[in-house]
Amino acid sequence: MEQTILEIRDLVKKYEDETILNGLNLQIRRGEVVVVLGPSGCGKSTLLRCMNALESIQGGQISLEGETVEKSSKNITMIRQKIGMVFQSYELFPHKTILENITLAPVHVQKRSLSDVEEEALALLKRVGLSGKENAYPRQLSGGQKQRAAIVRALCMHPEIMLFDEVTAALDPEMVREVLDVILELANEGMTMVIVTHEMQFARAVADRVLFIEGGQIVEESDPESFFTNPSTQRAKAFLQTFEFHKEQKKDS
Amino acid sequence: MQTYAPLYAEAALLTLRIGSCGILLSAAVGIFCSGVLYYRVPVLKGIVSAYVELSRNTPLLVQLFFLYFGLPKIGIRLSAEMCGVIGLTFLGGSYMTEAFRSSLEAVEKIQYESAMSLGMNNVQVFRYVIFPQALATAVPSVVANIVFLLKETSVFSGIALADLMYVAKDLIGLYYQTGEALLMLVIAYLVMLLPVSLLGSVLERRLRYAGFGN
Repeated sequence: MEQTILEIRDLVKKYEDETILNGLNLQIRRGEVVVVLGPSGCGKSTLLRCMNALESIQGGQISLEGETVEKSSKNITMIRQKIGMVFQSYELFPHKTILENITLAPVHVQKRSLSDVEEEALALLKRVGLSGKENAYPRQLSGGQKQRAAIVRALCMHPEIMLFDEVTAALDPEMVREVLDVILELANEGMTMVIVTHEMQFARAVADRVLFIEGGQIVEESDPESFFTNPSTQRAKAFLQTFEFHKEQKKDS
Repeated sequence: MQTYAPLYAEAALLTLRIGSCGILLSAAVGIFCSGVLYYRVPVLKGIVSAYVELSRNTPLLVQLFFLYFGLPKIGIRLSAEMCGVIGLTFLGGSYMTEAFRSSLEAVEKIQYESAMSLGMNNVQVFRYVIFPQALATAVPSVVANIVFLLKETSVFSGIALADLMYVAKDLIGLYYQTGEALLMLVIAYLVMLLPVSLLGSVLERRLRYAGFGN
């Protein structure tokens, strides 16, 4: 049995009176790729944000390698360094070049030497097909390029786990592929990942485990093959059907 | 007129000296106080808000009188120049605070979160991510504040500082050449302030180009 890296117990998240996550339990093993699916507004993104303590939680516990992940805890900046997060809207820093974006946190937070980090950053940029873009500003890149740079920025912190929050949702269709390929490659290298996505084909290809969330709880949890071919709950079935289109026979006029 | 020009030049230097000290200190006060307001630091936040209201709702001349004539009554005696710098800082600090605060709040919250997710602490996020972006948006209002503060130095004559206004009033009193004295006063202020404004608009274009425009 592989070792559990992230554990969530009875997680409750409320915005004022509205309950977003209601007693959610989840264990993620090292090297596992978990894809989170569910209708919009079901709490998928909130779950990711809780895992990184960007949200305060109202109940339960989240722990990473045995350490509590909590917004108010003293060593939260230490814990966040182990959790890489990639956002839907990239969130590169617009006033810094791509290389500066990547080296900023490793140099100032982790106190690593600039030349080492730069060397690593350039190698990673090359791997994701962004050689020659290191001195460009974010606004000079396409959406897909920005997102790949954002992934490199998170990777350069040497995280134990990566969180992807609908990272292709803001991209033009032809740019989705280049970003997903990078994530697939990371999965093959054994990176632990939690991915929120609406790309079903991709989910099926990358996932070790699929979670279907609705109403703030995990409704269904299974391996991708059985989830996509034969979902066991009615809600998951209904959800998957919304992605299918059948050609309607045109009526004779 | 030519004979008076050196007097104006000397006064302009005094205005610039006190003005630039006051403006630099104002900016420092503004950066600190806007940070306090942005992070809603308990206790300090209340003090800063009270200071901003007090400073913006009282005239500089009154503040200067308080420093120059009021403080000696409780045993604190400051030179006129010192009073000028402190008074200008007291007034300018609140204007700078508001300029920076609104620009800080204009930076999207998710930029802050993205920096936090990289393990930065509050100070690092402010210094490397939020403040540089806010500074670019703040440039127009900061430049407007600088021009405003330099003009405000004209009340320094009220506490016997030999600034431009003081020289002009002096010359009018001595020689009754009102027209010439005032014309030179206007020219002196324009010579001082126009470059500031022009520099400001150049800086604004530069910073916007470097930072944003996406």
